[in-house]
This record gives sequence, structure tokens and C-alpha cells, in this order.
Amino acid sequence: MTSVSAVSQPHGDAGLLPRLDAMAVRSPSHRARVMRRLARDPIAMMASAIILALIVAAICAPWLMPADPFATSMLKRLRPVGTPGYLLGSDELGRDMLSRLMLGGRLSLFMGIAPVVMAFVIGSAIGILAGYAGGRINMLIMRCIDVFYAFPSVLLAIALSGALGAGITNALISLTAVFVPQIARVAESVTTQARRSDYVEAARASGASATIIVWQHVLRNVTGPIFVYATSLISVSMILASGLSFLGLGVKPPEPEWGLMLNSLRAAIYGQPIVAALPGVLIFLTSISFNLLADSLRMAMEVKQ
Amino acid sequence: MSATMAGTGNLPRPLMRVRNLMKHFPLRRRAIGLGRSSVRAVDGISFDVMKGETLGVVGESGCGKSTMARVLMQLIRQDSGEVVFDGRTVGDRTLPLQAFRRQAQMVFQDSYASLNPRMTIEDSIAFGPIVHGTTPAKALDRSHALLARVGLAPARFAGRYPHELSGGQRQRVNIARALAVEPQLVILDEAVSALDKSVEAQVLNLLEDLKRELALTYLFISHDLNVVRYLCDRVIVMYLGQVVEIGPAAEVFDSPRHPYTKALLRSVPSGDPLRRLDAPPLSGDPPNPIEPPSGCRFHPRCVVAQPVCSRAVPSLTDCGDRHAVACLRWQSGSGYSPASDIGGLPPIRTVEVSHA
Repeated sequence: MTSVSAVSQPHGDAGLLPRLDAMAVRSPSHRARVMRRLARDPIAMMASAIILALIVAAICAPWLMPADPFATSMLKRLRPVGTPGYLLGSDELGRDMLSRLMLGGRLSLFMGIAPVVMAFVIGSAIGILAGYAGGRINMLIMRCIDVFYAFPSVLLAIALSGALGAGITNALISLTAVFVPQIARVAESVTTQARRSDYVEAARASGASATIIVWQHVLRNVTGPIFVYATSLISVSMILASGLSFLGLGVKPPEPEWGLMLNSLRAAIYGQPIVAALPGVLIFLTSISFNLLADSLRMAMEVKQ
Repeated sequence: MSATMAGTGNLPRPLMRVRNLMKHFPLRRRAIGLGRSSVRAVDGISFDVMKGETLGVVGESGCGKSTMARVLMQLIRQDSGEVVFDGRTVGDRTLPLQAFRRQAQMVFQDSYASLNPRMTIEDSIAFGPIVHGTTPAKALDRSHALLARVGLAPARFAGRYPHELSGGQRQRVNIARALAVEPQLVILDEAVSALDKSVEAQVLNLLEDLKRELALTYLFISHDLNVVRYLCDRVIVMYLGQVVEIGPAAEVFDSPRHPYTKALLRSVPSGDPLRRLDAPPLSGDPPNPIEPPSGCRFHPRCVVAQPVCSRAVPSLTDCGDRHAVACLRWQSGSGYSPASDIGGLPPIRTVEVSHA
């Protein structure tokens, strides 16, 4: 992509060997190139569309909901999908599933994205610090991180949530704590790689301080891979958050949340299997969309020489 | 040091003096109780770089050329020894690292890896001046001027990324980047080795022109002896982290004194198919730099070695014409008996063309 500099071309045929000084070849920035490649990737576009639709539905739920998600009805319990007035059926207390799924998306998506964003910031900072410092400092930081890493993430999340008590804030904290070591590890390895590269050596030879080098050279090259990894964690976070709610450690009823809904509809799995599976379907759809998007992003970010 | 290059006649003053530079990389202990061994990458190197000269450094792979370059740039700190630049010790209060790095710059071998893939080349070149306090606008101006000087029209190239350029173009960018802080000394670490021969010649000519215009001093590290002969005023021959011979390029190439230099020069393939070597001039790999041979480090591979060579360590001895060599043969009173000197190297055979 070329953009012609301010000098006006009378006939507009800037592409036909114009004078060199009149034309500035500007390469698209890395971000622009990644975006363009993503736009050409049908899988990435589909995943983005699904994620966008889910987010819009969740945010606009109060205005789009066809019914009150808290209104119970003992008479209309566990209606199948397609019942008039209950487009996606009703749950074990006769509440409208569609409304609850839409409103529940708010918490579920929030619990998927927020811990990862927080862990991205904290984990990257720790990992980049360790990676760039190297030597003993790296050793010290990374061995501390390894202690957290030694626990299976589900167990760690449950243990932390259990210790902190139920509730959204505590679930958020425990999930962040689960992801920080994972992101820090990735950040550390890409930073170590960047630190040993010739361009960082060259920057050091220019007389730049460590702060400037990290800010100008390292950060640009490491945020991409860390971001891709973090994107793939969103699905894990959603599933873990749903798991915490399932165990009663996250959201409290009657607040709708996909994991919690899955739990309470468990008993109805033989009577209304499709209705009972709906929250799970949404969790699956969101996770796989984020994973596919992360994959496409990773491919789009590769610089071909 | 018995052979100091400065002070003999009206020579130009040294821009950089390197004294007893030492860099050992420690290795892991192989077993408890065993001492810690180390790779002696640079093991006591001393030389001067004269202002305005091109000083070549040659030697086999792994002889410590690149480590030396990195230590000279202070990218790695030496274990001992000092680098004196323009009369001031590098890293001292009189010449802090930051100030030294305005005076000396380096061009790396890998033109792609040494440019930040996420930065446009104009930004890469402007980075150095900005670090040293130039305003971004002025730094960009300088970056464009330098791009033009190294033969890359700024209008076409300034906004490009490294992966959009060819190897030769990238190395021109690296040269421009090194020159952006207006250094006096440029260390070229195998800077043209990775380029095609035709591109290499262009870049070498560019380097020569720039040197003349900007009154630069080059430290040219290479394993390509032909290039070194073409470009350099003086040459240092390194073997296993030490200097074995140093002198004017013409002297070293035409009348090499050290058997290693002789062998190295013999290993350059001749353009004449009728002149052939029957045996390789140097056999075997260089010895392990972790446990270098006793005495003269070259003695296990040397064709004129005598028993004394495995005991006595030769020191760099002046042999006239600013030429110094570290070989017991040239050191009087070393115990080496010149009587038994029998030429040594396999002769070059001139093939008789027979029409059988």
C-alpha cells in the first residue's frame, strides 16, 4: 500500500513512475498489516462476528430481553425450545432461557475477559522484567512463578476462591492469580529471546539505557506473542469461571451466569436435554471463537522475510 | 608488552589502545570438587588502532574475533585489561560508556537480526541520535541524509521495514545507523561476509568512500583474507584468543612470519588452476579453548614446532617495520634452534600440463 505525499499530482496517475521525490513509499505499519491479513481470513472473521454478536447481546440484554429473566413460574417449568413465549424454552423454575442466557452472557464474558486482561498487564510486567534483567533476578522471579505453576490451574482457582470466599470479586482475583504465572512465563521467554537479539545489542551499542531499550525495542516485539497467548486464555478463563460458579464459588443465584445455569439445569438433562445443554453450547461457542481468533492472530502476526 | 606499535617514528597517534584484554566465559562445573573451567575466548590481547587506519582482524572461526569486538564495544565487560580511547579509559569517569558509544559504533554480521523488525528503517537510524539528545525531527533529517548517502533514496526507503529490503540494502541501513551518532571508530564484525560477492564489493566501496569523507577509523573483522588485503592498512592475526602476528597488511600478506599466518594464507584458494596444494596447509580443528595447549598454543598443529614450543610461551616480538610476531622462532634466546628449521609447509606444486 502506498500513499502519495502531499505534493499534488495533476493527472492523478501517481502510480506511473512519478518523480521519486514527489512520492513517498510508506509501508503499512505492522498493526495495519496484521489487521489486513485478519480481514482476509474467513475463520478469523467468523470468530470475530460470533464474539461481537455475543458481546452486543450481553451488553444490550436489558433492552433486548424478551422477558423478565427473574420471573419464575411453577406452571411453565422446563418448556422445550420453540414454545411460544419461550423461544429457547424455560429453566427449572420456569424462567425464560433466552433472557437469562443474554443477561448471563454479561457475567460470563466479563469473567472470561477481565482476569485475562489483568493477568496480561501484571504477568507481562513481571515476565519482561525477569527476561530483561536476566541472571539471578530472572532466576528468583521465575522460581517464585514456578511455585504457582506447579498447581493445576483448576485446583489453584478452586483453592484460592475457596480461601477467599464466594463472590465475583474473589473469583476475579483467583482467576487472575491463576493466569499471571502462565503469562509471565511466556513474557519471560520472548523477552529473553529479544534481549539476546542483535537489534537489542545494537541499541545498547547506541548508548541507550535499559529503560529506553525495553520501552522502544523489546515491548514492540514481545507484546504480540504475549497478546496471542492471552487471547487463547480467555476461553480457559470462561470455563474456569463457569466451573467456580458451578461449584458455588463464583456467582450466587438467582443471578444468571452460564456456568451456574449449566449446574442448576443438570437435573433436567434427561427431561429437556437441549435446554439443559444451551449454556454449555454458548460457553463452547465463545471459547472456540476466542481460540480460533488467537490462532488467526498468531498467523497474521508472523513476519515473512 | 615488548612490541608496542606507537612511538616508532612519526606515526599517527593511536585512537584506541587495547591493553591485556581478557574475557573468559565460565563453564558449569562438571563434577563437585573439580575446579571451574572456562572458555578463554579473549586471552590477553594488546594492540593499538591508529587514527584513520583500517585495521583488519583475521583468524579461524572460534578464535575470539567476535567476542573481542563485543568486549571492545563494551557489550560484554572484560574480566581484566583496559580499553583506552583517545587517551581516556573506557568506562572510567573521564569517558563513561554513554560517551564512548558516541565515539565507537559497530556493524553486525546479520543484517536482518540487527534491525528491529517492528521499526521502520528511518526510525532505526534515528534511534541513536535521539538517545544522545538530538530532537526527533533533527534525528529524522539526519537519518534521511544518511540513507541518501548510503545509496537508498529516502523517499522510497525511509518508511520501509527491514524485511522489505534485500541483504545488501539492509547492511547499508546498518552502516547508516552506525554512522548516525557521528562516531570516530566503526567496528565491522564480519559486516560483509553474508553478502553476495557483487553486493559485497559495492558495500566495500561504500565503506571506503565513507571512511575518506568522514575521516573514520575501521576495525574490520573478517575471515575473508582477500577482502582484508584489499581494504586494510594493518592486519592482526588471531589464534585461540591471542594475537599471533600484527603488522602492515602488505608485510603480513607478502612475508608472513608466523607459521599459522603462513598456513592461513596458503589456505586461500589460488585463482590459478595450475598451482595446487597437495595437502591442506592446516589440518585438524583448532584446539579446545577451554584447555589450550601448553607453551605456544599453535604448536600441536605447527609444522616447524620443536620440543621447546610446548614449554615456552612466545611473546609478541618486534621484527621491524611495525611488524610483530608471537613465535619462538623469531624470539632470540628462546631455545628454538633455527638450524633444524626445515621450511615446514608442504610446497605449492606447479602442475605440469601433459597432453596424454
